[in-house]
Formats: sequence, C-alpha cells, structure tokens
Amino acid sequence: MDKFGFTLVKGRRIDYDSNDRSIAEYVSAHEPSFRICIECGCCSAACTTGNFTQFSLREIQILLKRGENDGVRDKIKKCMLCGKCTLVCPRGVNTRNVILLIQEAFRKNIKNAV
Amino acid sequence: MGRRVVVIGGGVAGMEAAGQLARRGCNVTVFEKETETGGHVKNWFHLFPDRKDSRDVLRYLGNKINHNNITLFTGIAVEGIRPSNGSFSVFTGDGNEITADAVVVATGFDLFRSEKKEEYGYGIYENVITSADLERMFRKDQIRMHDGSIPGKIGLVHCVGSRDEKAGNLYCSKLCCVTAVKQAMEIAEHLEDAKVFCFYMDMRMGGAMYEELYREAQENYGIGFIRGKVSEVAQNIDNKLIVKVEDTLTGRPLKMEIDLLVLMAGMEMSEGGKKIAQSAGLDTGENRFFKPADLHFASNESNIKGVFYAGTCTMPMNITEAISHARAAAADVMDYLDKQKN
Repeated sequence: MDKFGFTLVKGRRIDYDSNDRSIAEYVSAHEPSFRICIECGCCSAACTTGNFTQFSLREIQILLKRGENDGVRDKIKKCMLCGKCTLVCPRGVNTRNVILLIQEAFRKNIKNAV
Repeated sequence: MGRRVVVIGGGVAGMEAAGQLARRGCNVTVFEKETETGGHVKNWFHLFPDRKDSRDVLRYLGNKINHNNITLFTGIAVEGIRPSNGSFSVFTGDGNEITADAVVVATGFDLFRSEKKEEYGYGIYENVITSADLERMFRKDQIRMHDGSIPGKIGLVHCVGSRDEKAGNLYCSKLCCVTAVKQAMEIAEHLEDAKVFCFYMDMRMGGAMYEELYREAQENYGIGFIRGKVSEVAQNIDNKLIVKVEDTLTGRPLKMEIDLLVLMAGMEMSEGGKKIAQSAGLDTGENRFFKPADLHFASNESNIKGVFYAGTCTMPMNITEAISHARAAAADVMDYLDKQKN
C-alpha cells in the first residue's frame, strides 16, 4: 500500500549564514582571481563539456560561494581541462586553476580550513 | 539689456554656473534655500571613484563663487519666476522680488525618502539606515549600530526608490551602484573584520573608473555581490535583520542575517524645483525632473527663452557631469544675453 500523509519538504531557500563556504574560501585564498567573476557565463558558453552535459563553471562557482556544495564534488570531475574558458573569460579569471583547486579542496575534504 | 542673472540653487551646478557667469562680467545673484552652499556634497564624506574628500570639491566651488560680481543669499528659497518685458521677475520666499535678464535653475535633487519603501524597514528597524546616514558615520569615523556596537555584517541595498514603479520612479538614478561599491569598500576599511554584501539588480558601472572600482572591491576588499532585489527585511528576536532576496544567479531564494543595512536612496526632482516648475510654467518630464528643450543639443534650455537649467534638476548626474552641465548653461546664458543685446 502506498504511504500517505504529511511530510516535511526541505525548503529551497539558501540559508547563507549556516552554509559552509570553506571550499570557496579555499579556492579564493589560493587563486584570488576567483573573486572577480561577474557571472557573465562566457566560460559556460565556450565549454565543450557544458554543450553535452549539465556542467557549468559559472553555476559551480556561484554555488560554492553560497556554500551550496552538494553535487559540486561530482560535477567538477566532468571538466576535461581544455582551457577554453580561460581564453574567453573577460575578467581574466584563471579558470583552469580554479577547477583544479575545487577538485583539490574536495579531495582534501576541506572544511573551515581557511 | 543688462547682464543680470539669477541663479536658483547654491549646490554644485549653481555655484559653478554662477562662477562662470561672474567671470564673464554678469551680475549674478545666487539664492540658496539652505543656510550654507554646497548642496548634497557637504553631507558626503568621500567621493567616487577616486575617494576624493568632498571638502576638496567644496573648496573649489567656494573659490568659484567668491567673486565681486556675485551676491549670495543663503536661507532664502525662490518661489517663482515670471517673465516681464524681456526680463524676469524672480520671487523669493521672504517676499522680495528681483529683476533678472536671464535665470539659471539649479535646484538640484532630493534623495528618495527611503521610509516610503516600508518593506525595507527604514524608520521601523533601528539598524536600517540610508547611504546619506552612512556618510555621516564615515565623517565621524564611527560605523555603529543603534546600540553603539560594531556591526559584523553589513548589507547595501541598491535601487531604493529607483527603477521601481511601486516607488513611482521608472528611471535609474545612475549613481547608487557606484556609491554602494565605494561605501562597501570604505566600510571594509573602517571595520577590518566586517563582511559586506551588495544586493543588486544590475551593476550599472557606466562612468569613468567605475568598473575598475567594482573589480577592486571584489579583488582586494572581498565584498560579496548578490544579484537580486531585496523583497523584504524583518527583524528577529535577537534584533538581527533578516534580508530576503532571490539569488537570481543560483535561481534560489536566499536569506541572510545582517547587523546593519544601508539603503541606496535614489535621486528625485527636488520639492523646491517642483514648486518653481509649477509657478513658472516650466515643463517637467515623466520622471518629474525639469524637461530640457532637447535631450541631445539643448539640455540646458527650457521651454521659456531666457530660463536655463544646470545640473541635477534635469536628471541624475554625478559631480563631474553637474559641473560640465553648469558650464554649458553659462555658455548658453552668455549666448542668449549677447543676442538680446543686438
């Protein structure tokens, strides 16, 4: 028989204050150009991976900055490090290093490290 | 015809226009409704984008109007202008009347009254202040919450009373974005441990060195930028402000606790200007500012020949633009007076 009744639905709201932003802080500390992204989306538009999968560096970096880290650990592995995003970024963000640092931070299980 | 010119308003544009006209041999009378000249600049601490002390600008303008051809009346507002036989009668609040051959309207702007955006809680919550309030705190070197404690987390809300039909203003005030960035950086300098966030719809950094300032704020000051218009502010039991916004870049609603919230009040046509527009029959636009005869090539001219505009009485402008506009107004006035003479 199907279960019925009431359940609590987890809200979609980002609770900025209780979220853990240590991954973003780690990347920002080691690659300061991570801070100057203006969310134009040029990296994602140029991205080959993004053309075939859900991968978007623009989305990943904003999620990390808000501490919404769930799912990013797997998503970031999709990058093939071709470097096209670095070529097109109008702010000069070192996107390749950003990606490597995100991967490193997850590997090291960075939490409140910076 | 003589060269008697009345300048209405002793702010940036009025002072610059008066100075230019006096140096060209006009007899200039300046009326300033406040007890001091300098307009809004005197309430500001540092100016964007180079963080110049506002007093440097006031000193420059003060030197401009310190001229034998200029008579300055402070504490006197102009109530109306009436054309009479090729010249103008200018009526003042103290019941006097003065004759002029040309008039420069430089009545400036008023800051949007932020309490009108009730959902942001200005005048309701003690720790919601305006950009002007914050400048006063900078001058005193004391950024404090209402109870005197040092705020740890500060939010700046862009577009308060601008680009907002609910506030009756469809236009962009143009300067609030860069003001927010400048103020965010200054907060970070005054309070080393503070976290500062800007809540914005777009970053409209369309002036010389504005975008560079924005980049510097991100890179060297660690200012957080969250794209989304704040919908409402509440206060919790610990007296913290709760800001509700959609983070439109993640596509998710977001809430954040804030200690001190600064509202970037927009610019509106001044009340004094409205009064003059009505009594003199000067055209105003949809945005309620004075409407120049042409936006492209007659931005200083009004619908009445001999009455000219200078500065922010026509649209939001920064100081650089207001000074340039005032100089152009002076050139137009000289042109007009020369033609009248012949």
